[in-house]
Amino acid sequence: MTTRTMLLVGTPKGAFVLQSDATRTDWSLQGPMCEGWPIHDIIVDPTSGAILAAGGSPWYGPAVFRSNDRGATWTHSSVGLTYGEGAEAIKTVWSLAVGPDGAVFAGVEPAGLFRSEDGGVTWAHVSGLTEQPSRSTWQPGAGGLILHTIVPHPTDLDRTWVGISAVGVFETRDGGTTWLPRNSGVRADFNPEPNPVTGQCVHKFAAAAGQPETLYQQNHCGVYRTDDGGEHWAEITLGLPSQFGFPLVTDPRDPDTAWVIPLNGDDRGRYMPDASAAVWRTHDRGQSWIRSGEGLPQENAYLSVLREAMARDTLEPVGITFGTATGQLWQSVDAGVSWDLVTADLPAIWSVESVVLDS
Amino acid sequence: MSTVNLPRSLLALFPGVTKRHEVAPGTVASVIDELDGSIPGLRARLLQEGPTLRPHINVFVDGEPGDLETPVGATSVVHVIPAVSGGST
Repeated sequence: MTTRTMLLVGTPKGAFVLQSDATRTDWSLQGPMCEGWPIHDIIVDPTSGAILAAGGSPWYGPAVFRSNDRGATWTHSSVGLTYGEGAEAIKTVWSLAVGPDGAVFAGVEPAGLFRSEDGGVTWAHVSGLTEQPSRSTWQPGAGGLILHTIVPHPTDLDRTWVGISAVGVFETRDGGTTWLPRNSGVRADFNPEPNPVTGQCVHKFAAAAGQPETLYQQNHCGVYRTDDGGEHWAEITLGLPSQFGFPLVTDPRDPDTAWVIPLNGDDRGRYMPDASAAVWRTHDRGQSWIRSGEGLPQENAYLSVLREAMARDTLEPVGITFGTATGQLWQSVDAGVSWDLVTADLPAIWSVESVVLDS
Repeated sequence: MSTVNLPRSLLALFPGVTKRHEVAPGTVASVIDELDGSIPGLRARLLQEGPTLRPHINVFVDGEPGDLETPVGATSVVHVIPAVSGGST
């Protein structure tokens, strides 16, 4: 059996695909793809092996691109990606995820959820989320009113969590018909009421391996963990240099391990604290955090990493990759202990996905 | 027949599609609908909910700016041109 690895990178100037083998040392770079469209998220559909890239052109609107040949050729579609004639126009597709039954989900701006049962060729609106009673109060974050995180339950088709900025986390337990706010315990320091039901600025969240009721969240106002599917969140920021950051990934096998990249603060420039680059990880569910800057620039590094721009693979030891808003792609092949530069001169990196293929 | 000229950046999304097309006269809307029949998905790239032309898509009929209701005559020449205002990224 041959193992190949891919890094899928979304940028405002198109998608890029990097390929290597199981060593993850020598990467070949191809791109830009998707005709240079701004690409917010890019994944591999495990059902078909196709690459799916989500984005929106300032001229031509939203679309999901699909490649069945690892990026050599692409088709695109936005059939069904609409709230209806006369309704607000969809600007772009922000996020993609695949459910346990192979259905593909797309999160869009302005915030809403769509579902495809044919691999992203046609889409149907999950209208229950748009009909959520709090919808009229939803306010955009700095990136817009975006649905940026989709976490399907790994086995229960009726359950999915989504994250919307700056609205918070919602969960459905009935296949998308109704949605419940899941923000209890999450602060909203920018709000006159610091603990509203909705209005939290969730930046990214992910499920713990093998424990779907446990989710880790990087928020505008801290890092959190829930052990009851989001009904209650506990803050686990203590030990980090800042409460502010964007991406968060969880380990593929260890439910106690997660990685974050703190930035110095929402009003302080949003770069890594003290201009010294580091990724932080926990191995005890957020009770303590370990800093790793080995291999990363430790001074004069005014780097920022956006919410979708960190990913992990499924190899052992797990590989962690992040891309900066200034186009550097960094990788660790020892679970985030040390880091190497993969490539330095990409456009601003909006998203990273790490894929392992066996053939 | 009317003539429609499509921009390079749009053609890139539809491999094999040519720049120039002969279509039945009518309106800009009917011209785009006819093109969508032979180039599935093209309408969604030019129009948004409304329907209306996307904000950064310009259509000129015989050299004059048009919208979806603008008449297209039997000898008209239609140019679809992405606006220079659209490339913010």
